[in-house]
Amino acid sequence: MSEVEQEDWDIELTPENKILDLKLKDIWRYRDLLVLLVRRDFVSFYKQTILGPLWFFIQPLFTTIIYTFVFGNLAAIPTDGLPQPLFYLAGITAWNYFSDCLTKTSTVFTANAGLFGKVYFPRLIVPLSIVASNLIRFAVQMALFIAMMLFYWFKGASFHPNAYLLLFPLLLVLMAMLGLGLGMIISAMTTKYRDLTFLISFGIQLMMYLTTVIYPLSTVKVKYPKYEWLVEYNPMTSIIEAFRYGFLGQGTFTMLSLGITTVITTLILLLGIIIFNRVERNFIDTV
Amino acid sequence: MAAVIKVENLSKAYQLGDIGTGTISRDLERYWARIRGKEDPFLKIGEVNDRAVKGISDVVWSLKDLNFEIEQGDSVGIIGHNGAGKSTLLKILSRVTAPTIGSVKVKGRIASLLEVGTGFHPELSGRENIYLNGAILGMRKAEIKRKFDEIVDFSGVGRYIDTPVKRYSSGMYVRLAFAVAAHLESEILIVDEVLAVGDAEFQQKCLGKMGDVSDKEGRTVLFVSHNMGSVRRLCNKAFLLDKGSIALRGTTEKVINYYHSKISAQESRDEDLVSTCKRFILEKPFWMDAKGNRASVYTVGEKMTLCFNFTFNEPVKKVNPGFAISDFQDHRIFTSHLNDDADFGFKEPLIGNVLLKTDIDLPLSPAIYKVVYGVRDEFDNTVMYEENVLLTIEESFSKNGAGGILWHTTKWNLEKPKA
Repeated sequence: MSEVEQEDWDIELTPENKILDLKLKDIWRYRDLLVLLVRRDFVSFYKQTILGPLWFFIQPLFTTIIYTFVFGNLAAIPTDGLPQPLFYLAGITAWNYFSDCLTKTSTVFTANAGLFGKVYFPRLIVPLSIVASNLIRFAVQMALFIAMMLFYWFKGASFHPNAYLLLFPLLLVLMAMLGLGLGMIISAMTTKYRDLTFLISFGIQLMMYLTTVIYPLSTVKVKYPKYEWLVEYNPMTSIIEAFRYGFLGQGTFTMLSLGITTVITTLILLLGIIIFNRVERNFIDTV
Repeated sequence: MAAVIKVENLSKAYQLGDIGTGTISRDLERYWARIRGKEDPFLKIGEVNDRAVKGISDVVWSLKDLNFEIEQGDSVGIIGHNGAGKSTLLKILSRVTAPTIGSVKVKGRIASLLEVGTGFHPELSGRENIYLNGAILGMRKAEIKRKFDEIVDFSGVGRYIDTPVKRYSSGMYVRLAFAVAAHLESEILIVDEVLAVGDAEFQQKCLGKMGDVSDKEGRTVLFVSHNMGSVRRLCNKAFLLDKGSIALRGTTEKVINYYHSKISAQESRDEDLVSTCKRFILEKPFWMDAKGNRASVYTVGEKMTLCFNFTFNEPVKKVNPGFAISDFQDHRIFTSHLNDDADFGFKEPLIGNVLLKTDIDLPLSPAIYKVVYGVRDEFDNTVMYEENVLLTIEESFSKNGAGGILWHTTKWNLEKPKA
C-alpha cells in the first residue's frame, strides 16, 4: 500500500467531494471558457435582431413608465419625495440584476444537461459566467439610470448623491452573491424536483413585492408596522435602500442592516456552493 | 511503463424507472441511514445489469467492481454489448458523473470526446465556435489560436468559417467539430463512438489522426466502438465488458475473437423451429468454422459451413432445406437448395437427430449479411420459413481487395509472344 500512496495522481475521482472543495485552481485554468461563455451569451442575445443591445434599454424604460402610471399616479404610493421615474428606475435596475442572476442560475443544471452530460469542466464556471454576462446588461441599465439622473438634475429636481455612493461596488457584489447563492440552491434541487422551476417564476414576482422596488421602506414602516420585518429582513431590501440612499439621498438604511445583509448573503452563497458541489457530481444521473 | 489511469473497485449504480414520485421519502430514508452510519438501503438490493431480464429491484449496477490500470501510450479499445457499461465507464473517466463506490486515479490531463460539437452554439460563426468548443474541451485560448489554421485546414470548411454554424450541412458541422477535438493536447484522450457520423472519407481521416495521436505522440487513448475494424486499427489492447465487469482483457485480436465467439454462442441459443406439419423440429441454422466451432463472424475468404440440425419425430422420406444470402440493402447474392445438388440423395427415411451441412466457399466482401432459410417437405410444401440468421464478414489484412460484392483475387500470367 505504501508504494501506492507515494505515487502522485493529478486527479482522483471518488464518490464524495470534500465539502468546500471549490476547485479554484480548476476554475482559474478554465478562465478563458468563462470569458467565451460571456461573449457567447452577449453575441447570441442580439444576433438577428435589428435593435440589438438597445433592447437592454427598452425593457427597464418601459417598465419605469408603466410603474409611474400605475403605482405612482393611480395608486399614489409615495416615493420618499423623489421624482417617481428616478425612484422606480433605481429599484428596477438593481432588482433586475438580482432577479436575472437568480432565474438564470436556477436553471443551470437543467438547461445545460446536454453539455454537462458530455464533457467535464468546473461546473461553477457556468453560474459565474451568468453573473458576469448579466453585468454587461446591468452596466447598460446603470448608464440609463445615470442619464435619467442627469436629466432630473438639470430640471432642478431635489436629490442628493452622497458619500454612501462608495458602497456601490459592495452592493453590486452582494446582489451577485445573493442571486448566485439562491440560484445555485434552487438549481441543485431542480435536478430532482422539477416543481421548483414553477415556483421560481412566480416566486420572483412575489419576492419583488416584498422588496422595496415600487415603494419605500419608510411607507411600510408607517402603514404596516406589524409586518414590516417581512420586508426589512429581506436582504434585497437593504441593498436597494442603500443603493437609493447613495445615489439619490433618500432611503431607510443603516450600516447595521447592511451588515446583517452581508452576513446572510455570505451564508446563502456558502450554502449554495456546498449544495451545488454535492449535486454537480451525480446530477446527470437524475436530471 | 507507468500507469496513468488506475481504477479500483469501481462500481456505479443507477436507479431504474421514474425518478420523481417517492423520491423525497427515499431521500429522507437515505439521509437517515447515512447519519446512523449505515449503508444506503436502496443500494443493497442492487443486482447485475441484464437489460433483458426484468429484476425485482429498481437499482442496477451498471458497473461492478472494476479494477484495472492503463499504461502510458496504450490505446485501449473497450468493447461489449449495448448496456455492458461501456458508456458509463467513459462517463466516469471523463468526470461527467461520479462513481458510486471505488475510485479512479489519473495522471495528466484528460480530454473526452463523448460527442462531437458539444456546446456548439448555432448562432455563432464557425470561428467563434472553434474557440468556444475548444475552451469547453479544456484548451486555453492561446493554444486554440496557435492551432486555428490547422483546425480549419483539417475540417475543410474554411470558406464557411465566418458563417453561423446553423447554416452548415450536418456533415460540415461534424467535420468542424471533430477538427477541434482532434487537436486537443491532452495526455489522455477518451473517445466514444463519435465516428459513426460523417462520410467515409472523413472517417478515415479521423481514424488516421487518432492513430497518430497514440503512436507518434505517446498519448493514451481509450476508444469505445462497435466497429471492430476501427478498434483493430487503432488499439493495441482491448477490454471486453459484460454486464458491468471486465470479461476479458488482452491484445485487441484476442479480445475481439473471444467476443465474436461469444456472440455466436449466444445466437445459437435462439428458439428452435417446429415445422407446420409438426413432424420435425429444426434448431435455428448456425454457421460453423473450419475447426468445427460455431461462429457467425468470419474473415474474408474463410471457409464456413451452414448447418441444419433436425430432429424428426416420425420417419420422413426427405426434406429440402434451402437458404439465401442477401446484403443489408436486400440485394440477394445467391440462393441454394439441397435439391439443386444432383449428387445428393436420401438413402433411407429420416428419423431422430439429423445434421445437414453445406460448405460455402465464397469470398464475400466485409459486411453484415442476412440469411433467409426455409424447408420444404417431400410434397414440396414449405413447412418452415425464417430470416433472422446473421453472418458477419470482416476484413482480413492478408487479403487485398477493393470492394464490390466479392473480394476476389484472380491469378495473373505473363505470356510472351512467340518470336
